[in-house]
Amino acid sequence: MAHSFRGGIHPDPHKETTAGRAIEALPAPPTVQIPMSMHIGVPAEPLVKAGEHVKMGQKIGDTDAFVSVPVHATVSGTVKSVGMALHPNGARVMSVIIENDGQDELEPLARAMEWQMMTQDEMIALIREAGIVGHGGAAFPTHAKIRSALGKVDAMIINAAECEPYITSDHRVMLEYADDVVAGIRILLRIFSRIRCIIAVENNKPDAVESLRRAIGADNRIKIDLLKTKYPQGGEKQLIRAVTGREVPPGKLPADAGCVVFNVDTVAAINRAFTQGLPDIQRVVTVSGSAITTPKNLLVRVGTPLSALVAACGGYREEPQKMVMGGPMMGVAQFSDEVPVIRGTNAFLAFSENEDRRVDDPVCIRCGRCVQVCPMRLLPTYLYLYASHDMWDECERMHVADCMECGACTFECPGSLHLTQMFRVAKAKAMELRRR
Amino acid sequence: MNLDKTRHLPVVTSSPHVRSTDSVRSIMLDVLISLLPALLVGVFTFGPRALVLTVISVGSCLFFEWGFSRLVHKKNPIGDLSAAVTGVLLAFNLPVAVPLWMPVVGALFAIVIVKQLYGGIGKNIFNPALAARVFLFLAWSSAMTTWTLPRAVLPWFANVADAVTGATPMAILKEGSTSGLDLMAMLTGQTGGCIGETSALALLAGGVYLLIRRVITPRIPVAYLGTVALLSLLFPKTGSGLDWMLYELLGGGLMLGAIFMATDYTTSPSTIRGQWIFGVGCGVITIVIRYFGAYNEGVSFAILLMNAFVWMIDMAAKPRRYGLRRFARLREKFGAKHAGEREAQK
Ligand code: SF4
Ligand code: SF4
Repeated sequence: MAHSFRGGIHPDPHKETTAGRAIEALPAPPTVQIPMSMHIGVPAEPLVKAGEHVKMGQKIGDTDAFVSVPVHATVSGTVKSVGMALHPNGARVMSVIIENDGQDELEPLARAMEWQMMTQDEMIALIREAGIVGHGGAAFPTHAKIRSALGKVDAMIINAAECEPYITSDHRVMLEYADDVVAGIRILLRIFSRIRCIIAVENNKPDAVESLRRAIGADNRIKIDLLKTKYPQGGEKQLIRAVTGREVPPGKLPADAGCVVFNVDTVAAINRAFTQGLPDIQRVVTVSGSAITTPKNLLVRVGTPLSALVAACGGYREEPQKMVMGGPMMGVAQFSDEVPVIRGTNAFLAFSENEDRRVDDPVCIRCGRCVQVCPMRLLPTYLYLYASHDMWDECERMHVADCMECGACTFECPGSLHLTQMFRVAKAKAMELRRR
Repeated sequence: MNLDKTRHLPVVTSSPHVRSTDSVRSIMLDVLISLLPALLVGVFTFGPRALVLTVISVGSCLFFEWGFSRLVHKKNPIGDLSAAVTGVLLAFNLPVAVPLWMPVVGALFAIVIVKQLYGGIGKNIFNPALAARVFLFLAWSSAMTTWTLPRAVLPWFANVADAVTGATPMAILKEGSTSGLDLMAMLTGQTGGCIGETSALALLAGGVYLLIRRVITPRIPVAYLGTVALLSLLFPKTGSGLDWMLYELLGGGLMLGAIFMATDYTTSPSTIRGQWIFGVGCGVITIVIRYFGAYNEGVSFAILLMNAFVWMIDMAAKPRRYGLRRFARLREKFGAKHAGEREAQK
């Protein structure tokens, strides 16, 4: 029986266009733009100046802060400039622009290959040095996650649900890099000794399960769990609920429910760091959507402009009406395709039509669908009513802060209300109230 | 950015960037389709006058909806078809012998007073069609309780002078008797009653369609019908509980009420537990009125009464917050503050 949680939606998957295509490696572009902030937490400070020569994998930014990671050059070459540049989140952030010399001269991570002899502490330090962050989208520093979970958790869940429509990058990773994934898990199992490990896959990817099974072989420390295909099955809280039956208390971390969750591609990146000395400088990105000529999965260097990915997919079939970094449910709409791929970029989607069907006169008919699909079990219809009357304290009392902005309610709403957008505002307002 | 002046700027909005294709219009269209079988049976049973009344009712609902929004300078909402649904339901709740102006007055009351003055679609507290029925019933009791026998020949348009009337199943049941009642006739709608309420079979077919199309969930109808079934099974007024239960279930406006009126989105709870509570409440009140009330039928009053409590029910029936243990809210009420949160960590 497939595991699940209460609520959720079934959007059209749109995965068939890319799921069957092997990952293609995109050659490194002539210049890369590497933001100093590609993670949740304190941005890194640039360590290089314009004109300097850097090697691939060399650290070009770092801080002392705990919730942060260093940033690395993803090509070898000359630093062209260090300054503010457009980031996929819509803001201008400090970035390093490197001109590629085409040599791919690698500076591997120090001591990487000796991990069998390392202590637990040294291993976590190496994960930080490698700049590894969650590849599922949120980009939380992995070392910080590990440290906050150590000693508190008895289950490690590898998130391979990939519940967002269109995206198949994790699916391809499981098919083509299953050995990397499993090796990465074994490294993590050394850090978390005596823990059960579950790879959680949605039941629409039987081939991925097969491929992982082969890679796991006789290792009985690693189990695979099938999940119902449903959005947001890959949400951390929903995943924990589905796999273990536990729930994360409000305002707490997964570790408080005894769980730690890593994305499959993150685990593969950990393996690359420990076995090849390669920091977090590349990833697989799904390029798809109705405006893309040939949708594909591409292996790209961090810092590659999105336009280069589109060019590798045959360009735009039609002028895109909307461009989204990430999935259609939680991704961020882009003003331009001249922003770089960052560590958390799992997809770039371009739509030739406005798929979110906005209308001029949204209206709530109180159908209750939003209530029935909300995976956090909130009452979106009432929250919306309160929020539209600026009753922020009522919103707070109805736990708007629990809203994970998954968009399920908005997807389902026949009245075309933009609920999620309203809750973003309400969360900020409720937070303000609490601070006062 | 490689935009030249001829390119449009891309749309930048907040997520999600996709939506399901359901709209208010598509849902209302499904409801209209689901009402068709009952309309057909109604016309077959009570003649073309039933159709005339329905057309007048729908037409005047649409007209008042359009007229009111013109008056207050709102966008014309009739495209969402919700007024058409109200129109059909209103006609279904009229005896076939009422004068033709009756649905017009009912539509005025339903659309303008019950719906639009409260703020329009989604904002009204009471079910417009039911409220209008009760209004007409109180204002013109005799016309609203003149039940024509099935297949009596009535004029299409003229006022009905001397209808061949008969007792409805509800009147017989009220007397505590079941004599002369025929289950088969009640299933197929060959009894006295309102235009759309007599055939349980046609209404059930519509209900199944709504379930398949996921317009409604089974919760409210099951809770409502289940409660009525259980109470009448346990407390039959005469004969065996099972017979009595079937008569109570098939008689009067129960099927129409449970499947189409109590499930009205705006005037029913949106929480899962709330929908169960609502359905049970409707069932209990219906039986109380049928057994002890002054009227033969209690469905309309039961639903309208429960309508008034929807907000309260929803708030009381809020789903358990993610991350809290079962009964955390109760515990919090009786124990220390934030007990729920502390419990949840264990
Ligand atoms: S889904 Fe939309 S229309 Fe339905 S209750 Fe929620 S907000 Fe209202
Ligand atoms: S966006 Fe928020 S309110 Fe809407 S379904 Fe997701 S968690 Fe619930």
